[in-house]
Parts: sequence; structure tokens; C-alpha cells
Amino acid sequence: MMAFLKYREVWLAAAIIVLIGLISTRFPAFADPANLRQVFNDTSILMILALGQMVIILTRSIDLSMASNLCFTGMVVAMLNAAHPAIPIPLLIIIALVVGLVLGAINGLLVWRLNIPSIVVTLGTLTIYRGATFVLSGGAWVNADKMSPEFIGFQRAAFLGIPVLSLIAILVIALFFILMTRTALGRSIYAIGVNPTASVYAGIDVGRTKFIVFCISGMIGGLAGYLWISRYVIASVEVANGYELNIIAACVIGGISIAGGIGSVGGAVLGALFLGIISNALPVINISPFWQMAISGSAIILAVVLNARGERQQGRIILRKVEAA
Amino acid sequence: MTDVPAPRHIPDRLDKPLSSAIFSWEALLVVVAVAIFAINSFASPYFLDPYSLSDLTFNFTEKGLIAFAMALLIISGEIDLSVAAIIALASTMMGMAVQAGAGTPVLVLIGIVVGLGCGAFNGLLVTRLGLPSIVVTIGTMSLFRGIAFIILGDQAYKGYPESFAFFGQGYVWWVVSFELVLFLIAAVAYWFLLHRTSFGRRVFAIGNNPVAAQFSGVRVGRIKFILFCLTGLMSGIASVLITSRLGSTRPSIAQGYELEVITMVVLGGVSILGGAGSIVGVVLAAFIMGLVTFGLGLLNVPGIVMSIFIGLLLIIVIALPIVWRRLRGGR
Repeated sequence: MMAFLKYREVWLAAAIIVLIGLISTRFPAFADPANLRQVFNDTSILMILALGQMVIILTRSIDLSMASNLCFTGMVVAMLNAAHPAIPIPLLIIIALVVGLVLGAINGLLVWRLNIPSIVVTLGTLTIYRGATFVLSGGAWVNADKMSPEFIGFQRAAFLGIPVLSLIAILVIALFFILMTRTALGRSIYAIGVNPTASVYAGIDVGRTKFIVFCISGMIGGLAGYLWISRYVIASVEVANGYELNIIAACVIGGISIAGGIGSVGGAVLGALFLGIISNALPVINISPFWQMAISGSAIILAVVLNARGERQQGRIILRKVEAA
Repeated sequence: MTDVPAPRHIPDRLDKPLSSAIFSWEALLVVVAVAIFAINSFASPYFLDPYSLSDLTFNFTEKGLIAFAMALLIISGEIDLSVAAIIALASTMMGMAVQAGAGTPVLVLIGIVVGLGCGAFNGLLVTRLGLPSIVVTIGTMSLFRGIAFIILGDQAYKGYPESFAFFGQGYVWWVVSFELVLFLIAAVAYWFLLHRTSFGRRVFAIGNNPVAAQFSGVRVGRIKFILFCLTGLMSGIASVLITSRLGSTRPSIAQGYELEVITMVVLGGVSILGGAGSIVGVVLAAFIMGLVTFGLGLLNVPGIVMSIFIGLLLIIVIALPIVWRRLRGGR
């Protein structure tokens, strides 16, 4: 039982429960299951993005271009839908994944082949992808009335009482959980973050793994592009401007070490939920939304201070069970 | 077993991709700058007008001032993402002072002190608690701008005194603006600090190997703290200039500047991994970014498309020496 308390996720989950408890003293209906389901749904896109960013950060890299990728891919699918409403939504989602993948692969190739630090590469593509959105759209917006009802309705449809958006988030969480805990790739990702030199000697191709990881985050950015546009039903150059830092913030609150190697799927999800609850609760309990930035900033700093002690210790122990035996 | 082959693709501090090309970096930047200057002067007949060239400088002086301090910070292996938020907070404080009837000297003092205070706050969190600066400053970025949003809401502060306008709009001599003079003075000061003092040498030492520097008697924590204070101070000064130039304060002031400042520093040849870089490179990079945005502006290219060129320029200029070396190395 005490060993249970060593996990950061447990503390984070406790913090979230306390947060919900505090909010419900001011506004009892907030803790209502229906409302919590709504909060989960509202946070789905951030959770998905945080997972994509997590695998990047675990390998000691960073992807600053995610929000721009989201913006570009969202514009592509919105314009496709406006021009050809007949394209079925599953095909559009596949297109979004492919477009996102290409953008991620460009980042990955530059990091892998030219060995440019990822922060520099994605700083460049951050502005390039957003600029490309402007070139593509000519600066025009795609409004709700140009999008087909299926485009807007897909993620709002409920299946077993749960909106499709939430289901997609759950699916992505499950996939990432399998990737990180049950596959060789997941293990390599942790290994690279903990010690890149040792990983090379262990036979891991660090460059190629980083490339794959950037492709994953690109696909996530593309998926989030469709979800974002169909949720907020407007595609413009301004979509998700500056959001890349919210994504990183969610990861940081979730206990993912910016130095690589430490972090978990549960942490990223809970970190995103934490930010999501704050932004959902503020208007409900009559705090001006202008407070949101200051509160989430304080939460980030607090989370980092609390994390600091853990990060001085070594990275995630991959062979935990073996060591315990 | 003695000859273990050097592993590839290891992001090791000793394996900096830029360091061997750094000596020719300034030369490369000069070529780029001259090329863009030439293209600009062919592209528009208005470009070579002295007043137009003077306008050009406003495109980079404010961000360039911060870029000098940021260059030192990045060379030491840290980063500050909160500089634009510091500008917003300092500007908001100046706006509050104006509403209370403060005069120009008080406003300037407030801008500088708030900037310095924010920088010191970052520095304390990073050095005292040993936290990674990229995370700390993402947090303080939200915090500082959040405070500006809380105070301002969706309003704007106006009514700055007329004498205050000099800092962002005034000219010292004919077409030479006060901002440009300040930029040049800061360039010389930072060049001297980084390349001609033992403080500067220690900054490089910390960036190359903080542990070795510590054992060599360099007070790593204190120097990093000073660098954060300097970055905050320069952001405060930039805040005075921008607020004076715009004549108003909004909570969204200087949004996105942090990435432009970092782009300037990296384009200037400063290694993002720390330990390498020069002030001359940063000055050239500032000019280049000013030239690109101004030239494209003359051609009526929208701002968002300019950012494509800045992004491409960043990646191409960084990739160039690496590709060049690969081709010559034959692998």
C-alpha cells in the first residue's frame, strides 16, 4: 500500500479529486457524473495532444510545432469538406492522420538526418506550418455553414451514452498505454531518454526512434486538427495559436520530465485533466476566466517544484519486476 | 577491445553540430544579409530611402535587445520563455502607474524594476530549486501574463504622457532613432561582457560543462541567476520601448515575441545546447530578420507569410553547414 504512494499518478489523481471537491463546495453540481463526463469530453483533445508530446519529451526532444500542425491539418480537412461534402468522415480522419504524419515526418527527418536539435527544428516548422495554413486558405475562414452536418456531428454523436470524441480519447489512451508498456518501441523510447549513449550500445537506433516518435506526434497533431475544427466549427489561421505551450504544460504537470526518460501515459492524461478542470471550473464558480492563465501558471510552477525531488533520482526503472525479484 | 567505434546519433554535449562551423557563421550571415538587402532594393524603389531604412530598424531593435541577454542565457545552457510575458506585466504596471498620475521617469523606473524582478524570480526558481528553466519559464510565462490579464481584463491602458513617447518614437539625430542607438550601445556592451570579460568566459564554461565549471571554482548558480536578471532587465527595457511606441497597453502586447527572440539567437549561431555563440552573430541575425520582414512588407506580403520565410531561413541556415560538412566528408 505504501509502495502505491510512490507513484506520481496517485498524487496527481488525489490532487484532482481534492480540486473537484473544492470546486463542488462552491458549486455542488460540478461533481455530478454528467458534468464530469462533460469535463472529460472537453479535455479530450488536450489529453490526446499531451500523449503525442509525451513520447517526444521522453526521448529528450520537444515538438513546438504541434499546434501549428493541428491548425494546418484542420484547415486541410475543413477545406476538403467544404469543397467535397461527399467525402466520408472516416476517410477525412485518415487524410488528417496522413497530413499530420507528413508534417511530423518532416520534423523527424530534420532531427534524424541533419542532427539539428528538435527545439530549433520545431521552432522553425512552428512558423512555417502556420504560415502554410495562410497560404493554403488565402487567409479565408471556413465557417460552420460551409461544413457538412456529418463533419460537425461525427464527434458529437453518442455511442453507449459516451460522445465519440471521448471514445476517441479513450482509444488513443489505450493505444499509447500498450505502446509504452507492452512494445519494444515504448521500451526504446524510455531507454533513449534515460541514457542515449547506453541505448546505442544496447543496439537501439536512436535517430530512427526519434524519427518514429516525431511521426507519432505528427499523426496525433493531425487527428487533433480534425477534432478541434469539428468541435469549435471554425477553421482559421488563428486556431490553437500558442497552444503548443499548453500541451507541454499538461505534460509537465503530469510529471513528465523535460530532461527525458521519466513519465507515463497516466501522468500525461491526468496532467491534461488537471488543466481541463481548472479551465472548466473557473466560469462555473464565478472566477473571471482572466484568472485562468495565472492559475495554470502557478499550477505548473508548483508541479515542477514538487517534481524536482523525484527528478534528481534516476529515470524510470524499466525492469522494475526483475529488480524486485 | 580498445577501439570502441564512436556511436552515431548521440545528442552529446561534445557532439555539437554547430561548433566547428561557428567561426565562419558570421561570414555566412553577412552573405545572407547582403543578399536580402540586394533583393529588397531591387524589389522596391522605396527601400533605399533613409526614412524607410530607419523604419526598418523598429522591426528588430526591441526584440534584439532581449536577444543579447537571451544569447548569454542560452550559451549558459538555460532558456527563458517568459520574456514576452514580462513585457506584458511590466507594461501593465506602467499603465497602472499612468492611471495614478505617474510621470515619465517613474514609468521608466517601473518598467525596468518590474522586468528585473521577474527575471530574478525566474532565476531564483531555477538556481535555488534546481529546476529546468524551460519548464519554470513556461510556468512563469502563464503566471506573468495571467497577472496582466487579471489586472487589465479586456481593457487597455492609454494616456501615456507626451514625453514618454520619445523612447519608442523619438529620434536622436536626423533619422537615427533612440531605439537604434540603444540597440547599438547594448550590442557593444554585451559583446564586451561576453567576449572580453572573465564573466563571459565563465558563461561559456558553464554552457560547455557545468560540473567542470563548478569544480573549477565558477559559481554556476550565481552566474545563472545574474543572467536571468539580465534577461528580465532587457525585457523590462523592451517593455518601456514597446509601450512608448504603441502608446497603449493591452494584455496581448508582445504575444509570441519569446519565439522570435529565440529564433534570432539561434539564427545568430548560438548553440541551443549551450557553450557556443557570439554577439556579432546575434546582431547580424537581428538585422537579417528586420530586413526579411521589412522587405516582404514592402512587397505587401502578409505578416503570417513572412513567418514562413523566417522559419525556412532558420532551418536552412542551421542545416547549411551540416549538409556542407556531410558532402565534403563524403558520408
